[in-house]
Amino acid sequence: MLEFAVELFSDYTARTILLGAASLGVVSGVVGSYAVLRKQSLVGDVMSHAALPGIVLAFMIVGVKEQLPIFIGAALSAVLAVFVINLVTQNSRIKIDSAMGMALSVFFGLGLVLLTYVQRMPDANQAGLDKFLFGQAEALVEKDVLIIGLTGLFALLVVGLFWKEFKLLCFDPDFGGTMGFSMKSLDMLVTAVIVSAIVIGLQTVGVVLMSSMLIAPAVAARQWTGSMGSMVILAALIAAVSGVTGVALSAGFENIPTGPAVIVCVSVIAFFSVLFSPNGFFTLKFKDARSRREIKKDYVLKVLHDLALEHDDPGYAHSERLLALGSEKGFNVKKSLWALQTAGYVESVGEDNWRLTQSGIHEVKKLSPLEKGR
Amino acid sequence: MSPHQFDIQLVAIIVAASCSIPGAFLVLRRMSMMTDAISHSILLGIILAFFIVKDLSSPILIIGAAASGVLAISLIEAVNRSRLVKKDASIGIVFPFLFSVAVILLSKYARNVHIDTHSVLLGEIAFAPFDRFILSGMDMGPKSAYVMGSILLLNLFFISFFYKELKVSTFDESFASSIGFRPRLIHYLLMAVVSFTCVGAFDAVGSILVIALIVIPPCCAYLLTDSLSRMIFLSVVFGISAAISGFWVANWLDVNIAGSMAFVCGVFFLVVFLLAPERGLFGIMREKRRQRMDFAEASLLVSLYNQEKGEAVKNHPDSRGMFRSADFASKVVGFLKGKGEIAVTGGGLFLTEKGRERARMTLEGR
Repeated sequence: MLEFAVELFSDYTARTILLGAASLGVVSGVVGSYAVLRKQSLVGDVMSHAALPGIVLAFMIVGVKEQLPIFIGAALSAVLAVFVINLVTQNSRIKIDSAMGMALSVFFGLGLVLLTYVQRMPDANQAGLDKFLFGQAEALVEKDVLIIGLTGLFALLVVGLFWKEFKLLCFDPDFGGTMGFSMKSLDMLVTAVIVSAIVIGLQTVGVVLMSSMLIAPAVAARQWTGSMGSMVILAALIAAVSGVTGVALSAGFENIPTGPAVIVCVSVIAFFSVLFSPNGFFTLKFKDARSRREIKKDYVLKVLHDLALEHDDPGYAHSERLLALGSEKGFNVKKSLWALQTAGYVESVGEDNWRLTQSGIHEVKKLSPLEKGR
Repeated sequence: MSPHQFDIQLVAIIVAASCSIPGAFLVLRRMSMMTDAISHSILLGIILAFFIVKDLSSPILIIGAAASGVLAISLIEAVNRSRLVKKDASIGIVFPFLFSVAVILLSKYARNVHIDTHSVLLGEIAFAPFDRFILSGMDMGPKSAYVMGSILLLNLFFISFFYKELKVSTFDESFASSIGFRPRLIHYLLMAVVSFTCVGAFDAVGSILVIALIVIPPCCAYLLTDSLSRMIFLSVVFGISAAISGFWVANWLDVNIAGSMAFVCGVFFLVVFLLAPERGLFGIMREKRRQRMDFAEASLLVSLYNQEKGEAVKNHPDSRGMFRSADFASKVVGFLKGKGEIAVTGGGLFLTEKGRERARMTLEGR
């Protein structure tokens, strides 16, 4: 494994490719955060699919697989799809989800039509055009990475310059509007930035899965932090790491397309974060169970104390069965007693009889009035 | 038309019809993008089931695939319910993951099988006629027509059997549960039906273009009618016409059939979107223009009426100044003159009896 890694980083071609994957990761992590926070994750999905006809058309016009025209074509057709979605939802009763479904499938369908049309053309130059479907990072050369880097830099620059404004757009566009910012132009700017991220992901991840490269890192990062700044940085980091890992996996094993490999990496991180982050699904369940245990312990302590007081002796022992009788159904008194014993609040005397220790009596006094009243 | 072409169209028609039926409900329930999730996720089910039964034509494949579609929906809803991830993002992280796993499995372990990453996206309706259904030596037609036909029957049965449940829970979920229907159950049944449909259509049109057949025909119908049953019927009509014309376009240009069907669906929608009698873009614009003209006419008449009674400002003798441009003003004056509601004499405007009547009615709010 290590050997493989060393080989990967020392090889010039491999370094170029990994650099490309990493810059793609950084850009899509940053930009994707905006898509996710604005609840526009699926717009990214539509735009990346909608880039396909632009790619093929650009190729048909220019005639060679030159990167810049392909980028421009992809960006234009992605933006056109967003325009169509807005046009349809604003002028008819078609809802946004249907409009997105339509734009996605029609643009993609047109892309496939054009793709199959181009593939019939006699010159074989178009070979590899369908690599844009699932991505193939091995095909990246230095010049591609340069363009990826420049486009990415532009996107990051815009995000940096409009940091405050974008934040307003995400969290309180109405307020932003009253402050005199043009939310419409900001919205267009964010769309442009997202499109540029999609465009640079085309070669590495492909049109089909690019949306996930935007969404998953942001979703993962969101689980760990509540601050916009750290979310963006974390998302960039997660995406870069997944990009590099995915590309390496795809290069290291035969027959693994790059796009899916990258997406599996980034999705695993996202699911892990949703489950195990400090506010994650399992973490919350665990915390919940713990606080329930605490409440039960306090309850048992209290019951033991109340019963003992009837005998005018706080240290009077009672049987576990008696304690269980006074509690709700399905309540495992024994577990609570064991936990209390470990804490040194109760001690067992003889067969299944329990009584409070000195520190236990002290602890009962500390319980809140609410607890005492139960 | 060769028998080959006939078979392709037969399969395409059945696919389109069975997609449109559940599609109508998805569009109304604002769940169109769930199709995206389902149609991608079923690939994993198909592949896993294939690894188990090692037979591409086994019905277990269809059941496995449909199950994975429903599973994906439940997963999306579980992620969303945890409130950690918004609805759109939950869709967006679940299905690309399942799809990626499927594509990796496919390219790594199933290279020599008949499904490959290309047919996943493009569909293979052109090959549908080659796989024949042979009954005791007799050629009964393409097998996929039978598979898809059963799915169509399933869909028809589903909507006719649960029609009122579907209708009520689509339009008013809380009312549906209050009268004892179970909207959640209906929801999952619908998702199961969509999954089955996607699985069937998957072979023919691939995982992305099935969205076109499910979403677009109902959207066309939605702009043309307010009745649910008519909407379903129109969807089926649109779906079938798009399938047939899409096939001929593909045939003419020698391109991918599924892509061409999706594109034709888009063209259909464009036409409906522009030309639908009441809800089309042109219709809406015409209506807006009519309302604006109506309002302008009434304003001018009322203004003249008030001047006659000496209650209003006297400084524009013909009230033309109240409009945003001289062009528009003369247009309004022209229309009113045409209707005989005002008369123009010596540069001034005067109400006729008819115009006075309309002004009075406008003022009284009639």
